[in-house]
Amino acid sequence: MTAGILFARMEAHRADSHTLERYLATGGYDALRRALAEMTPDQVTAEVKASNLRGRGGAGFPCGVKWGFLAAATPRYLVVNADESEPGTFKDRQLLERDPHQLVEGAAIAAYALGVHQAFVYVRGEYARPARRLQRAVEEAYAAGFLGRGIAGSGFDLDLTVHLGAGAYICGEETALLNSLEGRRGEPRIRPPFPAVAGLYGRPTIVNNVETISNLPWIITHGGTAYDAIGPEGSRGTRLFSLSGHVRRPGNYEVVMGLTWRDLIFGEHLGGGMRAGRGLKAWIPGGASAPWLVPEHLDEPVTIDDAARLGTMLGSGAVIVMDETTDVVAAALSIVRFFAHESCGQCTPCREGTTWMQRVLERILRGAGRPADLDLLLDISDNISPGLRWPPAQTTICPLGPSATAPIVSIMRHFRPEVEARVTRGGAGG
Amino acid sequence: MAERVTLTIDGRPVEAEAGELLIAVAQRSGNYIPRFCWHPRLDPVGMCRMCLVEIEGPRGRALTTSCTTRVAEGMVVHTASDVVEKAQEGVLEFLLINHPLDCPVCDKGGECPLQDQTMACGPGESRYVEEKRHFAKPIPISDLVLLDRERCILCARCTRFADEVAGDPLIEFVSRGNDTQVLTFPGEPFASYFSGNTVQVCPVGALTAIPYRFRARPWDLEAVESTCPHCSVGCRIAVQASANEVVRFLGVDNAPTNQGWLCDKGRFGFEYLRSPERLIAPLVRGKDGELHAATWGEALDRAATGLRRVIDGSGADAVAGLGGARSTNEEAYAFGKFLRATVGTNHLDARLDDALGARFLTASPHRAAIDDLDGAGAILLWGPDLKEELPVLYLRVRGAVRRGAGLVVVHPRGNGLDPVAAHSLRYRPGEGAAMLRRLSEGEGDAASVRAALERGPLVAIVGRTGLAEDPGLAEAVAAFAEGFAGAKVLPVTRRGNLYGGLDMGVAPDLLPGRVPAADPAAREALEARWGGLSGGEGEDAAGIITGLGEGRIRALVLLGCDPAADFPDPARAVAALEGAELVVAVDLFLTESARRADVVFPALGFAEVEGTVTNLEGRVQKVNRLVPGPGQARPAHEILEDLATRLGHRIGAESAEALAAEVAEVAPAYAGVAWDTLDRGAGREGRLLPVPVPYRLPLEAPQEESGDLVLHLARVLYDRGTMLQQGGSPAGLAGEPVLGLHPADAARLGAAEGSRVRLTGSAGSAELTAALDPSLAPGTVYLAANLGAAVGPGLRVDVEVLP
Repeated sequence: MTAGILFARMEAHRADSHTLERYLATGGYDALRRALAEMTPDQVTAEVKASNLRGRGGAGFPCGVKWGFLAAATPRYLVVNADESEPGTFKDRQLLERDPHQLVEGAAIAAYALGVHQAFVYVRGEYARPARRLQRAVEEAYAAGFLGRGIAGSGFDLDLTVHLGAGAYICGEETALLNSLEGRRGEPRIRPPFPAVAGLYGRPTIVNNVETISNLPWIITHGGTAYDAIGPEGSRGTRLFSLSGHVRRPGNYEVVMGLTWRDLIFGEHLGGGMRAGRGLKAWIPGGASAPWLVPEHLDEPVTIDDAARLGTMLGSGAVIVMDETTDVVAAALSIVRFFAHESCGQCTPCREGTTWMQRVLERILRGAGRPADLDLLLDISDNISPGLRWPPAQTTICPLGPSATAPIVSIMRHFRPEVEARVTRGGAGG
Repeated sequence: MAERVTLTIDGRPVEAEAGELLIAVAQRSGNYIPRFCWHPRLDPVGMCRMCLVEIEGPRGRALTTSCTTRVAEGMVVHTASDVVEKAQEGVLEFLLINHPLDCPVCDKGGECPLQDQTMACGPGESRYVEEKRHFAKPIPISDLVLLDRERCILCARCTRFADEVAGDPLIEFVSRGNDTQVLTFPGEPFASYFSGNTVQVCPVGALTAIPYRFRARPWDLEAVESTCPHCSVGCRIAVQASANEVVRFLGVDNAPTNQGWLCDKGRFGFEYLRSPERLIAPLVRGKDGELHAATWGEALDRAATGLRRVIDGSGADAVAGLGGARSTNEEAYAFGKFLRATVGTNHLDARLDDALGARFLTASPHRAAIDDLDGAGAILLWGPDLKEELPVLYLRVRGAVRRGAGLVVVHPRGNGLDPVAAHSLRYRPGEGAAMLRRLSEGEGDAASVRAALERGPLVAIVGRTGLAEDPGLAEAVAAFAEGFAGAKVLPVTRRGNLYGGLDMGVAPDLLPGRVPAADPAAREALEARWGGLSGGEGEDAAGIITGLGEGRIRALVLLGCDPAADFPDPARAVAALEGAELVVAVDLFLTESARRADVVFPALGFAEVEGTVTNLEGRVQKVNRLVPGPGQARPAHEILEDLATRLGHRIGAESAEALAAEVAEVAPAYAGVAWDTLDRGAGREGRLLPVPVPYRLPLEAPQEESGDLVLHLARVLYDRGTMLQQGGSPAGLAGEPVLGLHPADAARLGAAEGSRVRLTGSAGSAELTAALDPSLAPGTVYLAANLGAAVGPGLRVDVEVLP
């Protein structure tokens, strides 16, 4: 089932896939050499455009199109977003830990295409081992001439700096990440200007996810059209899913999109079905920010566009599966509390609204809920994300606040009677 | 000229310049969009989300903050749709859920944007039943400012002001999410000269100032617009009083001057007005040698008789006058007329040997206005540390640098503007001519400085870096600056209405209206109005003090002037006062000088009189009366009129307004300055005077002088002057004088940080604590002249380390 673009090397060479030696022995850095020797930067960009690779950080924006927005001014920067913090997401960690050279090579290819001579990888603060592995890979790449002056005998120079965050979820939001990288408070910026025009230190900047960048060596080696031939239209290539929750086989899986949710959750080589033979109640299809799906959606195809049609998203590829024993109010609280805790505090609706929703849910779980609390929760949500529609509108600066409304809207949409029972039985929720 | 665009706001076409902020455009067109974080003088951040509007786009309407949106051609905006109103009501509810709603005990109640906008756009009732956020309340963040984090709505106006405008990023958001709060850094108070502005821009009662706290309710306040009396920048203020006591100054956004900001000395320096030490009755020295309260008749008779005796016995030339820099123009004019026309002397000066040439200050050619800074490509500051002496001008220079001007600072010591300067050059006082030569030649490392200055237009702010420096150097610097094409010069000096005093002719070499006293035609024109005058030029302040010491001058009239404290060599001034046959003082307090006078008249002060004042760029602005003065205090011009009457002359000082009308007639530069326009509409910006008589600058710098150690005698903002020390809250702000020593000099002398040292100067010595200061030019020692330690203004000093 595994398609073998991103995970191929680590699955074939479990012991040493992260080393330069193994990387070179398995064709590593050939794509970079080829790009530098045989291709112009525009040709590299054309291949990426032809691949129809869409960003893997959550928003799913076409990578080549994003690159096209990069303003002409120099210096300009590439920032690889490795601040993987969305609850349930752990795919980038595996890429960093097990195949860091794939990322370094991808970053060098992107930098060459973009005319960038300084790139950064912003690694989540808690990712100590992935950061060490990546740092080692960067040092090896410098020593082997794949970073630094005159890369691989070409005239292209690139410095790559690994920067460790300090544990704030919000720094995964690209403009907060740039502030953090600059040494400021990790607070999202008002857009426009977009990073491609005024990003890091006010310079044109492309921010790409680890998984997005890690696809580039394969695309250059095999060509954009080869990548575009994989998977359904709009969701080309393979995709990493972090499967967690009440499934038999939690873990990271690389799949070709277009399979169904049933395949993913119940497939023998994928989720393997529900633990302890229990029934499936709901799952979160794309990280804590995504509205939930329920068993009636099991036969829907797993693609970016089909997810959007169902009012949710594949996001960062984190699939969290909940079985029939799950208390959906407690599950929603767990997610809302996360967002309240991670709100940067900058803008009013998110700072105040997320904590307010958390308090109301806590009160309901304490057995002190009131029937009016259901509509109150929905209206607080509506004041953060007007209309509660998809894709979400927002009264906030960034999508963090609206993300906190996803579990509220989900439990009200799919489990309202269960929630109502919590506020009418009076104290029974204990 | 920016491109004009037409947009549609709520169905109405509105014109604007491309790139203007939507929130400002809407307001101008009569559509006030509610807001908390947006402030027209701060960078927009779009944080509070109160100003959300809907803008039509390719994918339908989208909610957007109008404070971060720049208008464009064809933009279609909805400010009152259902979606907008629900979003705004939602934001207000979010702001209120954790707000303590303690309006009845909050200073802001009644003038609170959160109250006002809740009434206008907020929910009618609260749905919040959870426990509110709690913080210790309030906590002091500086000597004068308190912070209540429960009331704070986290709009970042205070933090942005501190960072962007003041350059004192000492308050910041701390923690995140629901715990986000404004705080100082550990162990670092919000020690900013501009802290009070954060109180004024705070849209709730989170920041309050000790001098105003719990003193009044906004609806009980009476207010007038006026002009800050503290320094020569002339910041526009609103003076507010409750129960006939001034309780608050607020900055008024006067675009050409302070743009809404004030320094803390200006903002909080009003409590002296209600000091119990104010003079409330005339004082006359009795046979016992002490001052005793007297009637106005007794005191006026005594002063007039004394003056008559000196004039008759030793000639009118034996009388001199000092003062006017703390007065209104009208009072200064009456003072000058009294001295020149009633008494018949030319010995008068509004300065105290601490400024620059009177003609240079009032009539330097190519004179810059403060606003010229905003269009400057280069700024040269060779003068006082603006942060200490002219704080709001310091803010304007910072603003100009933010707009792209390259700043060159030349100073003997680290300077408030160093952090934003492209080049900061050090020199030893007395050796300015050599520095000037280096810059003129522009060779070696001076080449890049010279190149920076050439990126004009250049505005040169020139003044004395310290009191030990030859005032002629500033004129030589101005002449150097004028060598750059299109350059303008702003000659600066510190004290209140000094420029107005000089403009009124309170100077030995100037007649009213920036006219040289040596100009016979000008004198003739003035005599037509004033009667016969004696010819020639008189003595300046230093000459008057010397004349008193030598007995050539026997009587001295002081108008709001304290040479015993403020003359650079106070000991000489004290000796002069004590040796005089007659000293008459008109003042608010029994100052060091007034206590040595023979007759002391109690005068009305700021906010107790009306009049005009003239700032350092030559802008005439109104000051207004709001409260009655204490006891029997009277306006200075009435006192001078009564005195003149007893000497058989009339000044014609029936009222300040009548004096202003006479000034407009006889003082050429003031022609057409109409008193009644200065309180109305655009007239409130003040009126910038023309520079009628170009002043020829010297080509030569003053002769160089040096010594083993030379003195940099500067001034600090918080001083030991009467206006701060007689005010309760700000009195504690003045520090102890220390002797700044360069570490290399300290090492040579065997001094360390905190060593006790004796500084011996041209006129005395003082025991001081040494403070190591690597920002000093080596071989230079630093002393603040206005903290009570006086060693004289001579350049050469000795430092001895005490055991």
